Amino acid sequence: MTTAARKPRSSGNWWTVYGGPLLLGVLSVAGLLTALLSEGAGRYFSWIGVGAPIAITAWFFARRKQG
Amino acid sequence: MVHTWSSLISTLFLLMLCITGLPLIFHHEIDELLGYDPKPEIAQPGAVKRSIDEIARTALAHDPGRVLQYILWDKDEPNTVIAFTNNKVDGDPDAATLRAYDAHTAKPLGSVGGGPMLIFLKLHVDMFAGQPGKLFLGAMGFLFLVAIISGVVLYWPFTRRLSFGTLRDKSRRIAWFDWHNLLGAITIAWALVVGATGVINTLAEIMLSQWKANELADMVKPYAGKPPPVHLASLDATLDKARKIAPDMNVSFVAFPGTPFTSSHHFAVFMRGHTPLTSRLLKPVLLDGKTGDVSDARDLPVYLKALLVSQPLHFGDYGGMPLKVIWALLDIMTIVVIGSGLYLWIVKRRKHRSHAIAGQPLLQPSE
Repeated sequence: MTTAARKPRSSGNWWTVYGGPLLLGVLSVAGLLTALLSEGAGRYFSWIGVGAPIAITAWFFARRKQG
Repeated sequence: MVHTWSSLISTLFLLMLCITGLPLIFHHEIDELLGYDPKPEIAQPGAVKRSIDEIARTALAHDPGRVLQYILWDKDEPNTVIAFTNNKVDGDPDAATLRAYDAHTAKPLGSVGGGPMLIFLKLHVDMFAGQPGKLFLGAMGFLFLVAIISGVVLYWPFTRRLSFGTLRDKSRRIAWFDWHNLLGAITIAWALVVGATGVINTLAEIMLSQWKANELADMVKPYAGKPPPVHLASLDATLDKARKIAPDMNVSFVAFPGTPFTSSHHFAVFMRGHTPLTSRLLKPVLLDGKTGDVSDARDLPVYLKALLVSQPLHFGDYGGMPLKVIWALLDIMTIVVIGSGLYLWIVKRRKHRSHAIAGQPLLQPSE
């Protein structure tokens, strides 16, 4: 497998590699904590925050062929 | 190297934990479906709850020759009282019988727990191997954390040339490689939290003995050398006194004298608050077993509070059904990460063994 065969979109800087996982991680942790601290709004936010990785996976899966 | 070996050693156990954990997320619903979660009768309007002493007598009459260990109130089922009986106050936890009684009629409603979910739970908690099994799984959980963190480090060289979320289908190996990276990367925070809280839970017994040896021993010092009570005080009177100490809290459970959660002289009434967080942070009130008078009430030490707060974060049972479904999906994603990791290792090893086609390096970090 050569480099040319890969999508050369990322230039390989810190943010393009770790930015996505980091954002999802912050969302997840925020979601995990809000449901613990508040029963109402916190619970709704937790579904979004903790569920974000699932939504992102579905999105990447849906558009995988077009790339 | 760290990533490969920490993962490989723990792989089979982690797969077992993820697979048994999956139905456990829904154990309430499954127990209810299979009849292991008895429901109270619909109370008549204005019906008065029976005294706890009466329910305790009913429970003892139902299981003759046994003693009461705990009486517990489910947060979500205020019309049910659950009684734990065992052959001794400090009997083997596996020998305990849990029965539900109707709070208004004191009628037995059936046994609680048991059934297939108990088998999953035992496998998940200690693989039927008691405390050593629990600590072993704790060590496996620790390796899981090491594998995640080392995976974060490896993520840079392996994906720096790829855009986030790249999923290629060039070959089976590359496809699983991409899925491993994507699912692994986006579940880092959740997997670290569930893994770390799981490890903390394996230390529960150790923390409890620590509490008994220090805080509890200090609280019951005035009772040293005294014989344990023969006749116990009225439970209703004892519970009322405990409620007066913490008027804004409810009783979670009462531990009878001599059980692992208290001293041989005291009832320990564990009070809980009302919010998702404070309902986990139990406050023990110690009451003299003979008189039912309050002896002491102190907050739990930080490590036990950490244990109690860590439990919902492991179980995922604190944000309604949607959170449970999300928990299950993330668990399945973790199974895919572990399974694909194992697959990638096997493929790599096979290629190395057969001295695969030269000049065709396997998935390697970009320069």
